[in-house]
Amino acid sequence: MEQNQKLIKNALEALHNVKDPEIDTISIVDLGMLEQIEVEGNSAVVKLLPTFMGCPALDIIRKNVETEILKAGKFEKIEVRFIYHPPWTSDRVTETGRLKLKEFGIAPPPQLISETGEWHVDCPFCGSTYTTMDNLFGPTACRSILYCKSCRNPFEAMKPVSTMM
Amino acid sequence: MTEPVNKMPIDAKVMPALTSLLYQLADDDFILAYRGSEWLGLAPHIEEDVAFSSISQDTMGHAAMFYQLLEDLGEGKVDSLAHARKAAERRNAVLLEAVNGPGHYLSAAQYDWAFAVARNYFYIQSKKIRLDSLKNSSYQPLAELALKVNMELYYHLLHWKTWFIQLMQAGGEARTRMEAAVGKVLADFEGVITLGPLAKDMADHGLIEPEEVLKQRWLLIMKPVFESINLAVSEADLAMKNGNGRIGEHTADLDAALATLSEVYNINPAASW
Ligand SMILES: [Zn+2]
Repeated sequence: MEQNQKLIKNALEALHNVKDPEIDTISIVDLGMLEQIEVEGNSAVVKLLPTFMGCPALDIIRKNVETEILKAGKFEKIEVRFIYHPPWTSDRVTETGRLKLKEFGIAPPPQLISETGEWHVDCPFCGSTYTTMDNLFGPTACRSILYCKSCRNPFEAMKPVSTMM
Repeated sequence: MTEPVNKMPIDAKVMPALTSLLYQLADDDFILAYRGSEWLGLAPHIEEDVAFSSISQDTMGHAAMFYQLLEDLGEGKVDSLAHARKAAERRNAVLLEAVNGPGHYLSAAQYDWAFAVARNYFYIQSKKIRLDSLKNSSYQPLAELALKVNMELYYHLLHWKTWFIQLMQAGGEARTRMEAAVGKVLADFEGVITLGPLAKDMADHGLIEPEEVLKQRWLLIMKPVFESINLAVSEADLAMKNGNGRIGEHTADLDAALATLSEVYNINPAASW
């Protein structure tokens, strides 16, 4: 049992090296994609929650997970499974993840959504609340493009996603 | 690609209704995502191009997940379910297979944006209602998938609703073209709403609510939208002009689409999509 805990820790550390293919400073762990690591002998099963189902990056993420865990040296057989239950929600992004997103110029997903479904994000550059939605769909399904009226910068924001929608 | 479903025994009596429902959900999304992908590079502006292709990718992802549930039930492999079935075996609504407009996407395409907006908005609203109902489905894997798909639909719906209201309120030629598009969509919208010959079994087994309940819900949700843009739509406008896709009736548009799709598939059936 204790041995397994060590192995899981080893795999988890490796997973911190797997970054979002588009935002190379944030790990899939900080994005809240990791649901479970199962260990048996020298094989590991990693269960991940896709953020959006049409996400074209899933294959890249799968390969990178395999590569990083192999590199960590404790496992010979690695299986990556994408599951949708529980569904990924934007409140799974960790505090570190939110910070990293901001550093990258992407506003982290807002935590509050009004009953009408409207949501608001502050500018990741100057912190102003004076922002407008330019395009609900950014370069990927999980992001939107907004515009800051204070510093006049366009910026991206991660969409809030909750089971209440 | 997904977690193997717990192989819980499914009552043989439920199977026909369950697979019928899954084929409809999968085929609807599959063909509409294909029509959406044909718009690439042709949408009104670059931002819309990005948004529309993003939505189409999500929708294709949903189709893949519904086909996966069919694979788990022993209906065949996801790839062949999606690409290798003939038109007569398809259960998608006829409205969703209709071409985007005259011309070919590689040359002289004269696609109809008004039709794209009306078709996508009306369909996605009905898909949302269907999936809200499926969250309580007696078939657990479907209920779980519905919860996930539903969250993404929220944004698809917001996107198309915004377009619909804007173009409707624009007046002039935009309004005229939108009204024509709405007429065309409604003329086959009964084909989207219907759940086919096994609808009653689906409801009896608790797979999804009765067809009529879902239909009334759609009308109820659309009513204030239609009123806000001063458009008269009544239940009697919903028809099935070009055939009932739920029983395998389809148009030449589907044959042409499948020929293009299977051309690519037959070159390399093992290629991942
Ligand atoms: Zn700013």
